[in-house]
Amino acid sequence: MSDSLIKPRIERPSFSQMIEAKAPLLLVPVLMVIGLFAIGSGSTWLTLTAAGLAMGMMIFIMASGLTVIFGLMDVINFGHGAFISLGAFAGFTILGLLGGWIESPSIALNLGAVLLAVAFAMLVTGLAGYGFERLIVKPVYGQHLKQILVTMGGLVVTQQLIYVIWGPDEIVLARPAAFQGSFVVLGAAIEKYRVLAIVIGLALFVAMRLVLNRTRIGLLVRAGVQNGEMVEALGYPIEKLFLAVFMVGCALAGLGGVMWGMYQETITAHMGAEVMISVFIVVIIGGLGSIEGCFIGAMLVGLLTNYTGFLIPKLALVSTILLMGAVLMWRPQGLYPVVKAH
Amino acid sequence: MSDALLSLNGVHTHIGPYHILQGVDLEVPRGGVTVLLGRNGAGKTTTLRTIMGLWQASKGTIQFDGTEIQKETTPAIAQREIAFVPEDMGIFTDLTVHENMLLAARNSAIDEERLGWIFGLFPPLKTFWQSAAGNLSGGQKQMLAVARAIIEPRKLILIDEPTKGLAPAIINAMIAALKELKEMQTTILLVEQNFSMARAVGDTVAVMDDGQIVYSGAMAELAADAGLQERLMGLSLEAHQ
Repeated sequence: MSDSLIKPRIERPSFSQMIEAKAPLLLVPVLMVIGLFAIGSGSTWLTLTAAGLAMGMMIFIMASGLTVIFGLMDVINFGHGAFISLGAFAGFTILGLLGGWIESPSIALNLGAVLLAVAFAMLVTGLAGYGFERLIVKPVYGQHLKQILVTMGGLVVTQQLIYVIWGPDEIVLARPAAFQGSFVVLGAAIEKYRVLAIVIGLALFVAMRLVLNRTRIGLLVRAGVQNGEMVEALGYPIEKLFLAVFMVGCALAGLGGVMWGMYQETITAHMGAEVMISVFIVVIIGGLGSIEGCFIGAMLVGLLTNYTGFLIPKLALVSTILLMGAVLMWRPQGLYPVVKAH
Repeated sequence: MSDALLSLNGVHTHIGPYHILQGVDLEVPRGGVTVLLGRNGAGKTTTLRTIMGLWQASKGTIQFDGTEIQKETTPAIAQREIAFVPEDMGIFTDLTVHENMLLAARNSAIDEERLGWIFGLFPPLKTFWQSAAGNLSGGQKQMLAVARAIIEPRKLILIDEPTKGLAPAIINAMIAALKELKEMQTTILLVEQNFSMARAVGDTVAVMDDGQIVYSGAMAELAADAGLQERLMGLSLEAHQ
């Protein structure tokens, strides 16, 4: 066939379309600038911004698994909060066993304790995710109403199991010595633990992007999010991919649970369900299935919660819901909607 | 013994309450192009999807290369070296052309020599190699869909209406590509409503109606017999070229 028969022509986006596509990237810096002007004091703004980014990173950690599970598997998992709570309690168990490491002035031992707690929490929640997917989610693939009901049921059962194993009382989860207190930067007090949360959140975001964009597994996940049937027709067993992604999503919830528990310094069986409101808001703002959207949404929620909590405390509770409403009026499918084939 | 690569014997398919395939008997000979014709709703697409395991046959057998495959999963069927180009093309629009091809080349990295051959068949794919597939035109997406099916040698390629809604130049490109595949002894089962295309590439033909095969034979015979066309399909295919 000659080239003259088919003249390649690509529909290049116009300038306004390019601006529209990139606009979500500007939201976080714009909100930070607005916050600076509204707060007035640079040091207070810096403290609140660090707190907001840390909170956003922890919500991102918890929400990233949920959004990938929804995007790939089309599963609305209302039981995701159970894995956040379970992860926090599993991490608490390890930190309790490593009491000497936590109280030690050695940063290495402190970090080691946190890493072991996180690893154990992710292992426990990943394995629990395996059972959850096989027993609860698999029978209701493609049936959203049933998914809501059974995953809510799974959440309740898991909370009750936590009561059975760890008791019904609120438990204090002490941070390791190295991550207690704060340091001063440009006159602003910044908690050490928040810096750790920002570092872990950023590392996770970069790692997820690398895996999704640079590996064959990531390619399969991205393709599966769009058209799972075609992935199967190309010869890839998507059911195994579903299971692996569900387990990873639950493990990330477990990681988020440990981080959130140490941030709040107390853990309860229903802490996961409580934070799920913010998690769902972030997933909806970002666009169901989008990691990039989820990241931006989490930063917006974290920053806005802290800014409004300082400026207009009574508005703090509803500010994120108002944000979600505003984003959905602008982009009804979220900041970066994933285009599905069906 | 029949030299059929693929045989469907009394295949029935139900989709929900609907009984779509009602005892399909079809043989696809090795190394040629078999065209499946029929009016809309006759069951052509369902036949391809049932072969791929995307819809389960409720009764009957599907034999591929001597093995019954009707109970196998879609990935297992695809791994038997069967490629499928669905009616909606199944392009991953957020992935680049390169990434779409990379997924299709599941056994290894992309064979550069074969890729060069594909670029010769479909030059726009080379031009837009690193572009998101969602930015391609409809014809270019169809080229990508077919290219994905042939990026590695396959024993059987199932193609569902590759010329639907395409410009004549793109249809000619498709015909050229299918003819080259024929020369390479690739077996193709093609669902097509464009009779010019069907006649240009088809060796054998089967006509479906109401979920059954109502005629099968050589394409040349059907193309030459306007009366047979009238009887089978209620219209002269010649009038619709």
